[in-house]
Amino acid sequence: MVLTTAPTTPHTPTYNDLPVLLSRMTGDEKHEPSATSTLDVLWVLYQRVLNVDPRNPEAADRDRFLLSKGHGPMAYYAVLAAHGFFPVEWLDEFGQPGSPLGHHPDGALIPGVEIASGSLGHGLPLGVGLALGLRANGNDARTIVLVGDAELDEGSNHEAIVVGAAYGLDALTVVVIDNDSSSLGWPGGIARRFATEGWATVDVNGRDHDALTRALTTHHSGRPTAVVAAVEPRK
Amino acid sequence: MIMRDRFATVTSELLDNDPRVSLVLADISADRFAESQHQHPDRVINVGIREQALIGTAAGMAHSGLRPYAHSYAPFLVERPFEQLKLDLGHQDLGAVLVSIGASYDASDVGYTHHAPGDIALLDTLPEWTVHVPGHPDEVEAFLRAASQTDERVYVRLSENANATAHHRPDGGFQVLRQGTGPTVVAVGPMLDRVLAATAGLDVTVLYASTVRPFDGETLRFVLAEPAVVLVEPYLRGTSAPEVARALTDIPHRQLALGVPPHTARFYGRPRDHDAAYGLDVAGIRARITAFSPTDDHERYATHVTG
Repeated sequence: MVLTTAPTTPHTPTYNDLPVLLSRMTGDEKHEPSATSTLDVLWVLYQRVLNVDPRNPEAADRDRFLLSKGHGPMAYYAVLAAHGFFPVEWLDEFGQPGSPLGHHPDGALIPGVEIASGSLGHGLPLGVGLALGLRANGNDARTIVLVGDAELDEGSNHEAIVVGAAYGLDALTVVVIDNDSSSLGWPGGIARRFATEGWATVDVNGRDHDALTRALTTHHSGRPTAVVAAVEPRK
Repeated sequence: MIMRDRFATVTSELLDNDPRVSLVLADISADRFAESQHQHPDRVINVGIREQALIGTAAGMAHSGLRPYAHSYAPFLVERPFEQLKLDLGHQDLGAVLVSIGASYDASDVGYTHHAPGDIALLDTLPEWTVHVPGHPDEVEAFLRAASQTDERVYVRLSENANATAHHRPDGGFQVLRQGTGPTVVAVGPMLDRVLAATAGLDVTVLYASTVRPFDGETLRFVLAEPAVVLVEPYLRGTSAPEVARALTDIPHRQLALGVPPHTARFYGRPRDHDAAYGLDVAGIRARITAFSPTDDHERYATHVTG
């Protein structure tokens, strides 16, 4: 007997599935900016970058994705549901009592979610420790942390930016979603802040899937990577 | 310094023998771990003077399966990065072993910035912390070794004050050191020797507590003669008063809580000068316990308890 086809998931998700999934949470086609600012980056991560398996979300060799900017998690939930981490029906109960899907994600409740976020400035220090720990364990998995440009206001990030570079964590990548929402801004640009400490940096269009893929899959030996993904400024 | 020395020796040995153990430092005590850092560069991490990163990094290491120890002066380990303790460890359900030095005012000569009488009261606002207040270097060693075998959130509070002998129970229960018919005095960690001196000749029961969370209310109830409890804690006074109240919910009882007052005076000097100022020297403790023990009432309370 010859097996001619490998088992496949019943439906291969496409980017065009996302608006319908988002609408299951928001009730219409209008999505708040914090939810949609991350949408393309999340899609590219789960579709083309991360080594993660919805059938085995705790696999030891999985890439670790930490959504530090937990506010407006609808895009995250839509992408996770599209990839089969949990049933799409969960989206209908978003934010309801008893639902695992809150207005900030909680790793203790949702398959495939690594951390609970909400308070800003926690994901990057956690990611630094995670990358250090994986390296100490001889585990080649990557650690990718998503933050917002306003989240970088929190000083804890700047502690971690220095530590990550000083310890040469080249398996660590930070994606900064830049929708120009930081109240006091980043003179000279966000990338410069990382580059000063020794990070490899790249500025990309946060809606350009191919550019995001290149930026998120380029390895820089001995240095962590910061990808600054610019999207439309928040109104 | 002797507890701190034992911490360095034991933790270095754990790093050598257990590939799961890691250590995160924020400059404090880094000189004591220079050799360990050289031997285990992937598992001994000095983040510099960055206490938010100290806890975040430790939590991330725990996320990867390591067993992190994190260390600094108590105010910089517990108070400054308190939200990291709450969220990076507690809310992520990750464990770490926090080892502090400085206690309430060991560094009395450098002033209030280095004092942390409120550290354990702060941890009491968070669930599921085991808190050790060792009174002897041997106890420090026992707690640090035991902590390497779990994934729990553990706080080990070191002090430059120590008792002459170790008395801890490995199971974390309170040790019965003296039994009488009067009040039960709970001496925490480094307070023991002076409590024993202060209660010499008094008809009291003395319990020794070097693990205060969980609080061994069972032993307290078991030994209780007169329903009167004196807490002698080396940190914020009354920190364990709710634990005593909880243990004795169904028993009318009196309680006296001795410890460091909420405001630490704006003065320097030696720790013993602060002890005297707060009534935590032998004379002060004895005076407070004597005043708390109205001998006329002994029989009435004893009758009530035994039924």
